[in-house]
Amino acid sequence: MTTPKPSQWLQVSDLPGPDAPRRQLAHPGRWISGAIGLLILALLVRAFAMGQIRWDVVGQFLTARVIIVGFGWTLLISACALALGVLLGLGFGIMRTAANPTLRFAAWLYVWIFRGTPVLLQLLIWFNIGLVFPRLYIPGLVDERMVDVVTPFVAAVLGLGVNEGSYLTEVVRGGIGSVDRGQIEAANTLGMTPGQTMRRIVLPQTLRLILPVLGNSAVGMLKFSSLAATIAMGEMLNAAQRIYFINGAVIELLFVCSIWYLTGTTLLSTGQFYLERHFGQSAASAGSRRQWFKTRSRQAIASGEA
Amino acid sequence: MSLAVKAVGIRKRFGTHEVLKGLDLDVSYGEVVCILGPSGSGKSTFLRCINHLEVPNAGYVWIDGSIVGYEPRAGVLHELPVRRLRAQQRQLGMVFQHFNLFAHRTVLGNVIEGPMVVRGLRRAEAEARAMELLHQVGMADRASSYPSRLSGGQKQRVAIARALAMEPRVMLFDEPTSALDPELVGEVLEVMRGLARGGTTMIVVTHEIGFAREVADRVLVMIDGEIREMGKPEQVLSNPGDPRVRTFLSRVLS
Ligand SMILES: Nc1ncnc2c1ncn2[C@@H]1O[C@H](COP(=O)(O)OP(=O)(O)OP(=O)(O)O)[C@@H](O)[C@H]1O
Ligand SMILES: [Mg+2]
Repeated sequence: MTTPKPSQWLQVSDLPGPDAPRRQLAHPGRWISGAIGLLILALLVRAFAMGQIRWDVVGQFLTARVIIVGFGWTLLISACALALGVLLGLGFGIMRTAANPTLRFAAWLYVWIFRGTPVLLQLLIWFNIGLVFPRLYIPGLVDERMVDVVTPFVAAVLGLGVNEGSYLTEVVRGGIGSVDRGQIEAANTLGMTPGQTMRRIVLPQTLRLILPVLGNSAVGMLKFSSLAATIAMGEMLNAAQRIYFINGAVIELLFVCSIWYLTGTTLLSTGQFYLERHFGQSAASAGSRRQWFKTRSRQAIASGEA
Repeated sequence: MSLAVKAVGIRKRFGTHEVLKGLDLDVSYGEVVCILGPSGSGKSTFLRCINHLEVPNAGYVWIDGSIVGYEPRAGVLHELPVRRLRAQQRQLGMVFQHFNLFAHRTVLGNVIEGPMVVRGLRRAEAEARAMELLHQVGMADRASSYPSRLSGGQKQRVAIARALAMEPRVMLFDEPTSALDPELVGEVLEVMRGLARGGTTMIVVTHEIGFAREVADRVLVMIDGEIREMGKPEQVLSNPGDPRVRTFLSRVLS
């Protein structure tokens, strides 16, 4: 039972005044790690600057017409696929919570298939769907060869969008499930039908909850759209490949792509930040629900980078 | 006085646990009925059976010339489609213990939601009426606030206005003051007193014995899913015949 002796016993009569000057604790660890970090960064930059990369070629192709057009396609594919994914996610997500067992099962089946297979495989299947159905024939509407309908662009949008939709279906279902039961009961006692309750009470609150997840989806989609290069869709990566097959500047063109992707994802993340802040203000209510979307977006980040 | 709502032989089971053991209740227009009883005796379940938030296993509720949730044909109760059920349910305004305000709507938005979506009122009309109701419950100055910015008592007063906006025949209250800090109970009870004076038909589950004594036309005490005592407040509260009711009341009155 030995209590450590204070190094200096202060007599009450010696106590300093309340306005005595203070000095903050120095954090030498932070300074040292900062310095080490800077050093590593400098070494990395030097390594890349001295490495076998012709930076002038990077600069030259950064704004090359083919690359810019390719990036345009990348953006278009991503936007269309995301829109398709959100529509499917909402539709099937609502079906997942329906009272009708057939609807619930259909939505479950959709998720089971499209979330259970690799997106690259799905892209290849959409691209080659003509092997299964040579003609697309809907009486009175369309009658065409499948290869003319499902162009690489259409295959890319379908593949990425349908896959994303299966993931968002689960997100929407979770969001719907986390809306307060009491509010739904209140809507019932006001005489609102299930459809009205869904549209006016449940969905608006769900959308607010899944907004962060949508931001991550958008970022992920921009990157996944590069998979379309494998089905001869002339988006940015595919354009870059076609160039370096000719001029051999492989790493330079891959760097060009990296720069454009980083630009895109940075812009998206910034937009997401402001959107969330905007919606976060009016939605400030149940803490548990906020916790829910935090975990949800963390999962989304984890799975997006897996 | 003509009959507003009639519950006939309501039974409710959760699994094997029989929560309501065949309850009957007649409420006339303009009457205020308070339901008392120990926790777990089935008061909330009874109220939720009356407006069909819970479907009774047996028995039914009659209101406005029809049976809630069913249509009798040749002695058989045929379940109604949800749209017709909802039309009946809006005759029974409900105020919940935990308010259940729509979190994404302002105070005014909460009150006009039902009138606009269900009754098909135009916005201007719905808002004018909603503001009258918000005046009545003393919340007109907070019309543009979101529920998360209100105190419990304020939320409950908005919830009362929201239910009134549907112009129900009967108002049901499930422990409207139980989730409130003691100093906020008074403002909600005051609004309810006003409604009672104005002739609103009310069924109120409450632990506020003072309110029941003062406002109720009839008090009933539920114990273990049965109505053990029913009558005028002075008679039930001061001189109950049933020994278990006496025990319950002596506990809450002390
Ligand atoms: N959805 C449910 N599922 C299973 N049991 C339930 C359900 N709702 C209520 N019960 C049970 O029914 C009984 C009566 O509950 P109820 O909420 O009606 O009591 P109460 O009289 O309102 O009590 P309190 O004063 O605490 O609100 C309780 O034993 C409760 O556990
Ligand atoms: Mg209760």
